[in-house]
Amino acid sequence: MNLDLVIDSLPALMGGLGKTLQLVVLSLLAGFALAIGVAMMRLSSVRPVALAAEGYTFFFRSTPLLVQIFLIYYGMGQFETIRESMLWPVLREPYWCAIIALTLNSAAYTGEIIRGGIQAVPFGQVEAAKACGMSTAQTYRRIVLPQAFRLALPAYGNEIILMVQASALASTITIMELTGAARAIASRTFQPVEVFVIAGAIYLALNFLISRGVRVAELRLNPARR
Amino acid sequence: MLDLLSYGDGGWGDEILRGAGMTILVAVTSFLLGIALGSLGAAGKLARGRLARGAADAYTTIVRGVPALLIIWLLFFGGSGAVTWVAQLFGFSGRVEVDAFAVGVLAVGTVSGAYSAEVLRGAVLAVPPGQMEAAKALGMSPFLAFRRVLVPQTLRYALPGLGNVWQLTLKDTSLISVASLAELMRMSHLASGATRQPFFFFAVAALLYLLMTVGSNAAFRRAEAHANRGVRRAA
Repeated sequence: MNLDLVIDSLPALMGGLGKTLQLVVLSLLAGFALAIGVAMMRLSSVRPVALAAEGYTFFFRSTPLLVQIFLIYYGMGQFETIRESMLWPVLREPYWCAIIALTLNSAAYTGEIIRGGIQAVPFGQVEAAKACGMSTAQTYRRIVLPQAFRLALPAYGNEIILMVQASALASTITIMELTGAARAIASRTFQPVEVFVIAGAIYLALNFLISRGVRVAELRLNPARR
Repeated sequence: MLDLLSYGDGGWGDEILRGAGMTILVAVTSFLLGIALGSLGAAGKLARGRLARGAADAYTTIVRGVPALLIIWLLFFGGSGAVTWVAQLFGFSGRVEVDAFAVGVLAVGTVSGAYSAEVLRGAVLAVPPGQMEAAKALGMSPFLAFRRVLVPQTLRYALPGLGNVWQLTLKDTSLISVASLAELMRMSHLASGATRQPFFFFAVAALLYLLMTVGSNAAFRRAEAHANRGVRRAA
C-alpha cells in the first residue's frame, strides 16, 4: 500500500462520494414518489391500468440498468423533436440522464416493495376505516400507506443499498461519482489496486451506515417498542 | 429502419446476434463459476472452523456491498498488472494484455458467487437434519450421504434463489462492455455509433435482454416443477 497515494487521492474520492450521494438521494426520493403510483396502479381493479404498471415493472427489472441509461442518454438525442423541445437542456446533461434512469429503475423495484407492504396490511384495518366513514383516499393516506411503509421498510433498506451500487453506472456516461473518480485516478497513477480498494472500503462504510440507519428507523416506527 | 438489422456487410444483424451469443456464453460461464465459488462460500459459512467462516463471510459481505463495476475495474486494471508481474517472473518482458473474456467471467462470476453462497447456505439449512442422520444410520459414508442425500435436496430448495442469481448475472454481463468485450451491449454501442441510431440499437438490445430473461425464467420454472415432482404441498 502506497500511503502517499492514498492521501493524495482522498480529496478526489470524497468529491466522488458527494456525487454518488447526490445521485442516490435524488433518485431515491423521486423513485419513491413514482413507486407509490406504480404500486397503486398494479393493485388497481381496472385491468389496463394494472397491466401498464406490470409492463413498466417487467421492463425495468428484466433489462440491465446500463441499457436503460444508454437509451436515455444516447437514445433520446436521436430524435429531432426532442432536441428542439424544452426537454433538451435536461436530457443533454449526463447528470440528469443518470438521475432519470436511476429514478425509473428504482421506481420499478420500490413499486413491488410497496405493493407487498400494501398487501400485507390486514383487511380488517380497511373495513374499520370504512366503518368510521373514511373515503378511499383518506383510508389510503391515514391507514393503509403508513402501515405499508412500515412493513416495507426492511426490504426498502436493501433497495437503498442496491441504489448506491447502481449509481456506479453513472460513471459510464462521464459522471465522476465515486467509481468514476477511482477509475480516473487509477488510470492516471497506474496504482489501480490501492485506489479501488479505498473506493470499495468507502462503499462498504456507506452501506454499513445505511443498514444501521434503517434498523434504527425500524425500531422507531415499531409502535410496540417506541 | 429494419434494414439496419440485415445480415452481412450492409446491416448489423449478424454482429448484434453474435454479441447476444457472447452475452449468453459469458453469463452461463460466470453463473457456473459463481455456483462453484458459491458452494465453497456456503461450505465456509457452515463450517465449524472460525477461519473458514470468517473468510466466507468477508467474501459475501465485501462483494455484495461493492458495485460490480468497481470489481470489474479492479480485476481489469489489477489483473493485467498481476499477470505482467507473473510473466516477468518467468522471464517475459513488457506488458501482458489480459483476455477480456477471462477477466470478465472472473469478475461477474465472483459477484454471482457471493449471491449464490447465500442462496446455497439457506438451502442446505432447509434440508431437515433427520435426512443426514438417516443416511448415517444406513451406513453411508459422509461423501456418499453428501452426494445422494444433501446435494439433490439442497438443489431443490436452492432453485428459486438461483433463478434470481441467474437473472442478476445475466444483467451484470452488460457491464463487461466497458472493457470492450464484444458482447451485446458493446455491439449495440458500436452499431449506434456507426449508424447514428442509438435509440434503435439500444432498444433492440433491451428487447434481446428481455427475451433472454423470459426464456430463462421459463426454463427455471420447468426445472423447479421437475425438482418438486412428487413433493406434497400444504396448499
